[in-house]
Amino acid sequence: MSWTDIAALEDIPVRGARIVKTHAGCIAVFRTDDNEVFATSDRCPHKGGPLSEGIVHGKSVTCPLHNWVFSLETGEAQGADEGQIATYPARVENGRVLMDLSEINKVAA
Amino acid sequence: MTQKLVVIGAGMASGRALEHLFEAGADWDVTLFNAEPRGNYNRIMLSPVLSGEKTYQEIVTHDEAWYQERGVDTRFGTRVTEVDRAAKIVRGSDGSEIAYDKLLFATGSNPFIIPMPGHDLEGVIAYRDLEDTERMMNMPAGSKVVVIGGGLLGLEAAAGMAARGVEVTVVHIMGHLMERQLDEPAGYLLRRALMDKGITVKCKANSKEILGQDGKVRALLLDDGTELPCDLLVMAVGIRPNTKLGADCGLAVGRGIHVDDQMVTSDPDVLAVGECVEHNGAVFGLVAPLYDQAKVVAKTLLGEEAAFQPREISTKLKVTGCDLFSAGDFGEGDGREDIVFRDPARGVYKRVVIKDNKIIGAVMYGDTADGNWFYGMMKDGTDISDMRETLIFGPAYQGGASVDPMAAVAALPADAEICGCNGICKGQIVDAINAGAHDLAGIRATTKASASCGTCTGLVEQVLAVTLGDDFVMPSVQSVCGCTDLSHEDVRRLIKSQELKSQQAVWQELGWKTVNGCHVCRPAINYYLLADWPVEYQDDPQSRFVNERNHANIQKDGTYSVVPRMWGGITTPDELRAIADAAEKYNAKTVKVTGGQRIDLLGIKKEDLPGIWYDLNQAGMVSGHAYSKGLRTVKTCVGTDHCRFGTQDSTGLGIKLEKALWGSWTPHKVKLAVSGCPRNCAEATCKDVGIICVDSGYEVSVAGAAGMDVKETEFLAKVPTEAEALELTCAFIQIYRENAKYLDRAYKWVAKVGLDWVKEQVVDDLANRNALAERFELSQSIYRKDPWADLAAPQQAERFAPVADFTLEAAE
Repeated sequence: MSWTDIAALEDIPVRGARIVKTHAGCIAVFRTDDNEVFATSDRCPHKGGPLSEGIVHGKSVTCPLHNWVFSLETGEAQGADEGQIATYPARVENGRVLMDLSEINKVAA
Repeated sequence: MTQKLVVIGAGMASGRALEHLFEAGADWDVTLFNAEPRGNYNRIMLSPVLSGEKTYQEIVTHDEAWYQERGVDTRFGTRVTEVDRAAKIVRGSDGSEIAYDKLLFATGSNPFIIPMPGHDLEGVIAYRDLEDTERMMNMPAGSKVVVIGGGLLGLEAAAGMAARGVEVTVVHIMGHLMERQLDEPAGYLLRRALMDKGITVKCKANSKEILGQDGKVRALLLDDGTELPCDLLVMAVGIRPNTKLGADCGLAVGRGIHVDDQMVTSDPDVLAVGECVEHNGAVFGLVAPLYDQAKVVAKTLLGEEAAFQPREISTKLKVTGCDLFSAGDFGEGDGREDIVFRDPARGVYKRVVIKDNKIIGAVMYGDTADGNWFYGMMKDGTDISDMRETLIFGPAYQGGASVDPMAAVAALPADAEICGCNGICKGQIVDAINAGAHDLAGIRATTKASASCGTCTGLVEQVLAVTLGDDFVMPSVQSVCGCTDLSHEDVRRLIKSQELKSQQAVWQELGWKTVNGCHVCRPAINYYLLADWPVEYQDDPQSRFVNERNHANIQKDGTYSVVPRMWGGITTPDELRAIADAAEKYNAKTVKVTGGQRIDLLGIKKEDLPGIWYDLNQAGMVSGHAYSKGLRTVKTCVGTDHCRFGTQDSTGLGIKLEKALWGSWTPHKVKLAVSGCPRNCAEATCKDVGIICVDSGYEVSVAGAAGMDVKETEFLAKVPTEAEALELTCAFIQIYRENAKYLDRAYKWVAKVGLDWVKEQVVDDLANRNALAERFELSQSIYRKDPWADLAAPQQAERFAPVADFTLEAAE
């Protein structure tokens, strides 16, 4: 894996998200209450809602448009809804958020 | 032939090893060095000494006489300066040279001192030995001490000093106390118990620097700029094996002195025991494994076979009134299951972690009586599949009939207390039922049981069910969401009665099933907390729906609509110009006049929000809160200023109302209107609060609607003056804020509580009206401000842009 420095962990609000723009679209980078980070596609498969604007609870996020809930770990829609968002490797090291962009760059190429 | 054994260190591990050795009748000539000027005492009992529950004499395990009887040559207060392994000689700081056949390292550990600026100031100590303990014991009542470290030792130090009247603050870097032994819920309960003892606990707190004055400690400075003044600073952040002497003489040393299963170091004639050793990569700090090691090292010295095997250990905290127990591994992991029991009212929490039908960890707080039973099964690897359902209730409930809570209530004696707040026993409730109170409301009205904090509501219902049999239908309350069984009403009542002032307090005290709620309950809880504790609670943007976090309405394409406030629907040519300029500059796709007498700019990109807000602010405009569960607009007609029918200055009152109410958060949106005469051009009779001006005063009506439901307002009261109309409106909004369920519009809430009750509170009871208006004003002193101004500031504005942009980078 090749890790790319994205931002300081502090730049992402606790129980919130920021977006990273890439050629493959916007990636939402989430920070949980436990200071874990997760990166997923920012687009809800239902109606394209910006997931980075959703409420982050536990290791899930709720889409702000129609309340679809996705697991940040697997990208799977929870409950009765069926759908999947892409997830990307992300981690925290020394207070910096690192992402592996190789998958994304492949998509973009 | 008598062999010579030299022991370095008279701590708990070597003390125990010597006991085993002499009990076995070994014929050894022992010399014991100790840097501390005393023999072996029970170091883990220093905390009771500190708190005054024990004296030092009571915790001495081996006194002078004990060593003398066994012919031990004791050299207390003498440090070993050198070990010459080739010559097999130990040299002491007193100049002595002692030859050995076998040498035992029991050098223990050193407290870790964080090398932050100021750590060498006078008044910065560790918590390790009797000297440290005495230093803390000598702090006079009322002095201030900061303890860095919320682990076992730090908390014992804090509690011990607090018991002596010292003002103690614990600073802990992690999110909850004792994170190695406790999970978050148990850590929370512990924190609460310590705070009840008057200890201030700061978690997630980073120490930055120790500040001094004339070479002496003065305060601890945290990362966030907080200064914690102190007369003494105790660092209890951990221990490091004391390996210096071992390393100096060339023994294999890692984190500790390397030993094998027989406790032999890299030199076959040198052994080591206790906190100074490293065994298979592990180092040790708790007493149980040290005693196991002592047994093994004694056998090895005696030439017997023995091997040290680390085992699961359990921990208890020696702080009076804080009952906790922790054992094994309680982290989350694949294939692990939790069984959790919570009784927040009693402060009891139990969690057992199970893997492959075996207990692998347990955390208990409040009621630890069964700790050893769980621990025993964990050590033995007992298969618990048969008792799974009742496991968490402990040994008393195993093997018998299945536990039925109803049977338990039925079996309670008549004098068993049900409602702790009002001291109501089961018998009194049964009497009330027999006298005709056949539901919860009846019981509350006649006995007061469950009418205060409400935590006994379930029990009262069970008493009803047991007494009435099939005649009683258990009411089905709608819970807030899947995270809790409590209803909105229960949660609101409990937040008030138990004075819950943080989300964490709600999750823990009310036994939430999720870590931090979900998108349904979080916004509701955030609202309840800020409505009930406007001063103490800080609004949490991350618990808000996107519109209230971004202070604009998200549209279906992800752009936003921006609506500046127009007080009472009045604007000026300058404001209109600024709005037109902003609409052009930020490419508003649509400009629309709203139903609430203002102008909506639609299609604004998220990253442009701070910019458009800044521009509108510059023209004197603030957020119109067109997105909030809060005050939206106050619609007005032109009133006496221009209208030939107008009876009062309706526009003026509308503006005054809007200036009083703007920025306030409410359970759902709130819309007002003021009409200058009964012709009602402002359509005031379908608003949450509508005021109709008449010659003799102001008719205030409430609980109207013109949305999903259309409903005419109901008359609340007529008041003669504008000031009274203002106060009455504020009081009504406040009583709605304090009582309604989140997302209930005022008309829905009034239908639930009845308009008569509302009238009693805000019309008939003038003192109460006044108090409500004052509480509203207190809340508004914090929330009556423009969120746009804050968010348009440069450091905040950044948050609206992507945190990184790789589309630019790749293009280069």
